[in-house]
Amino acid sequence: MENYDIVIIGGGPAGLAAAVSARENGISRIVILERDKELGGILNQCIHNGFGLHTFKEELTGPEYAGRFIDQVKTLGIEYRLNTMVMEISHEKVVTAMNREDGLFKIQAEAVILAMGCRERPRGALNIPGYRPAGIFSAGTAQRLVNMEGYLPGREVVILGSGDIGLIMARRMTLEGAKVKVVAELMPYSGGLKRNIVQCLDDYGIPLKLSHTVVDIKGKERLEGVTLAEVDGRGKPIPGTEEFYSCDTLLLSVGLIPENELSSGMGVELNPVTSGPRVNESLETNLEGVFACGNVLHVHDLVDFVSEEAKAAGKNAADYVQESGTGGRDSVIRITTGEGVRYTVPETVCAACMDDRLTVRFRVADVYKNCYVSVYFDKDRMIHRKKAVAAPGEMEEIVLTKEQLLKYPGLETIHVKIEEA
Amino acid sequence: MSDYDVVIIGGGVSGCAAARELSRYKVKVCVLEKEEDVCCGTSKANSGIVHAGYDAAEGSLKAEMNLRGNELMDSLAKDLDIPFTRNGSLVICLSRDDMPKLKELYERGVANGVKGLKILNREEVLKKEPNISEDVYAALYAPTGGIICPFELNIALAENASANGVEFHFCTEVTDIKKQEKGYEVVTSQGVYSAKYVVNAAGVYADRFHNMVSEKKIHITPRRGEYCLLDQCAGAHVRSTIFALPGKFGKGILVAPTAHGNLLLGPTAIDIQDKEGTNTTREGLDQVLGKAGLNVKNIPVRQVITSFAGLRAHEDKGEFIIEELADAPGFIDCAGIESPGLTSCPAVGERIAGILREQMGLCEKEDFVSTRKGILKPATLSWEERAALIRENPAYGNIICRCEMISEGEILDAIRRPLGARSLDGVKRRTRAGMGRCQAGFCSPRTMEILAREWKTDVREVTKSGGNSCLAVGINKDAF
Repeated sequence: MENYDIVIIGGGPAGLAAAVSARENGISRIVILERDKELGGILNQCIHNGFGLHTFKEELTGPEYAGRFIDQVKTLGIEYRLNTMVMEISHEKVVTAMNREDGLFKIQAEAVILAMGCRERPRGALNIPGYRPAGIFSAGTAQRLVNMEGYLPGREVVILGSGDIGLIMARRMTLEGAKVKVVAELMPYSGGLKRNIVQCLDDYGIPLKLSHTVVDIKGKERLEGVTLAEVDGRGKPIPGTEEFYSCDTLLLSVGLIPENELSSGMGVELNPVTSGPRVNESLETNLEGVFACGNVLHVHDLVDFVSEEAKAAGKNAADYVQESGTGGRDSVIRITTGEGVRYTVPETVCAACMDDRLTVRFRVADVYKNCYVSVYFDKDRMIHRKKAVAAPGEMEEIVLTKEQLLKYPGLETIHVKIEEA
Repeated sequence: MSDYDVVIIGGGVSGCAAARELSRYKVKVCVLEKEEDVCCGTSKANSGIVHAGYDAAEGSLKAEMNLRGNELMDSLAKDLDIPFTRNGSLVICLSRDDMPKLKELYERGVANGVKGLKILNREEVLKKEPNISEDVYAALYAPTGGIICPFELNIALAENASANGVEFHFCTEVTDIKKQEKGYEVVTSQGVYSAKYVVNAAGVYADRFHNMVSEKKIHITPRRGEYCLLDQCAGAHVRSTIFALPGKFGKGILVAPTAHGNLLLGPTAIDIQDKEGTNTTREGLDQVLGKAGLNVKNIPVRQVITSFAGLRAHEDKGEFIIEELADAPGFIDCAGIESPGLTSCPAVGERIAGILREQMGLCEKEDFVSTRKGILKPATLSWEERAALIRENPAYGNIICRCEMISEGEILDAIRRPLGARSLDGVKRRTRAGMGRCQAGFCSPRTMEILAREWKTDVREVTKSGGNSCLAVGINKDAF
């Protein structure tokens, strides 16, 4: 069996940034295992621009952004294996993987960084009734067909779900010669970034119908059309509001699910809200030496934040390997969520173990206007930050400092909530 | 015109079982199928249950076929190299008032010859199945109930029949049947087939063909059943197949593990007109999810990965019709094969072959091969065996479907074997690639590429399920 200090599962943006950071923090024996034929992950099919504004202070396409990290991985001589599927990770961190060239192999890892990303929710998850013809694609599948294979999945398109991939694909399909008739969104607000609504829909005159869903799918071989209807406050279609759209393609952008089958298989505990691992301030899961970052941990809207998170995971994994264990976590502070906050990552923090600054990321449960993001240290309100708008589609963050926490010995709970003005 | 001794209309599980049984004999047989593959109608969308046999009325053909089919299933599954599990079934009785109905089922089962039936009390049920509703009063336990993959069974029957000389003609829709002095002329979308004997195994269309040659009309109603399929992470929620006792909620919704470890909920039962009406409906899916919870608690309904509907071929009299028509000699009906049709198929095939053997004086072949080797499933091998397999054939080291962990090797096997897969659905039903939690999101572009390569065609010609079901309609910017 081979031995590595750090095995990184996934060579997308999270895996790449984690690898670079682990190497820069002194780890030599690192290997990235990537299932696709090249490094870069989903960024390879994100050929639009808008990546890297935070990280590189310039606007890059997805492949360019990935390229920056791939170059670093290569310059630093970090080992990686492509077309390689990890089949299983044991509780003892033995990684079983396979590919065509090496066959089936096992690696004993000192530390593991989970960076597998996420997958799209399929039609079935929404129980959309109707026929099951060809022409119904998840937006990401269509994106791969168009941007990587050069094939057009359809000519008249309806998109359900206004997540970022759906919005980006509305523009892409238009640019490639298809007619995008409408984007329907079940919620009364979009799940995507504001800038994408403006740049991908408004600029092309594509209507966005909020509080609408698909209630029927017509077509036995290839899709012939879909029926949209307005939904009430509980998401139930309102009779009488049905409207038929003839189309040969329905793209679904109805949510992303962190892909944690390998994680659960090895005994990593998951948070039911994020579907990602529960982690502490070091992005370490309940299993010592197993770290998680990127969309496998929780779904991000900006890759820049994935890179930042992965950089921390890489450094922490490096520290773990060099210090032979995490240890000494006696006073753990829980981060709890209140009104309007769905989850936080991380969920616990140990003041003694943390870096000087810790970014805690979270999402809000609804659209809030003129609200406050409040953070309580036990009973004391420590942060009270005004937000003009907070929406579920845009990830929020607060920063905790070590200095601040050390001033509160005996602190048990950090409570994050939204307070209305 | 092509001449055959026997033309079988329909490549579903009944038609293919008949084909396979007939392939034991020296007789020229073909199967005409309107779709591009076998297992495209009722056979592909059902509960995948091998029923014990207490439902059908004593003395009915349904009861006889059910019992015989159930009995034959072990050896058939072994011969055809497909997984079959006798996981047992429970009919749940929620109230003391319904006990007479449960006892009636028990007695009917005993009369039908079902072995091992037992009425379990509340504690025994909960001990066996902890996720049964707390309201359970008693249950009828049938140890001979089982689960099987309907696709694998249907495809394996067809492959074995094909290996023994039966010809399969796909995309061949029968449009007319003309009685000749001797035999029949079967007119299809691909030309005329002449047949001494015709087996009408056309599922929901069997009445149409029957009525072309007989004055004694039959009528088949498509009875739609809708289902929800849950992720494999929910597959262990119950071990046995859980049926509802027909009671005040009408015909109930079953909860069952599938042969591949998913959890299946369904079916509803609605009579419709459209023989292609396999659409799901909001009411139907709501009913499935609502009623499944009556007998089984805490079903993780958030784990639904797909839903589908199938059509039962319900004849007005509610009975199987497997016989030569009195006013159409040489025309053998295999009609009204609704539940327990999947269970019954080995017996149905046997019965049809028996009728023809007698009529035609058929002799057995010396070289009939009763066994068929299934697609090699690396998941069933140890890591060491798998490593050896990849060394021998690296395609087994290339995972295409990441949810079900299906390799390129398996997909190539599915395409290259006799009656090989031509479409995404064909690959899916043979290998499970695309059947997992992402529902082909990740693997479909890759499987499309493999199909195009193997069939030496363009990716734009690759379909989901034949016909006009293409996936890529053009190339970027070709409209400009």
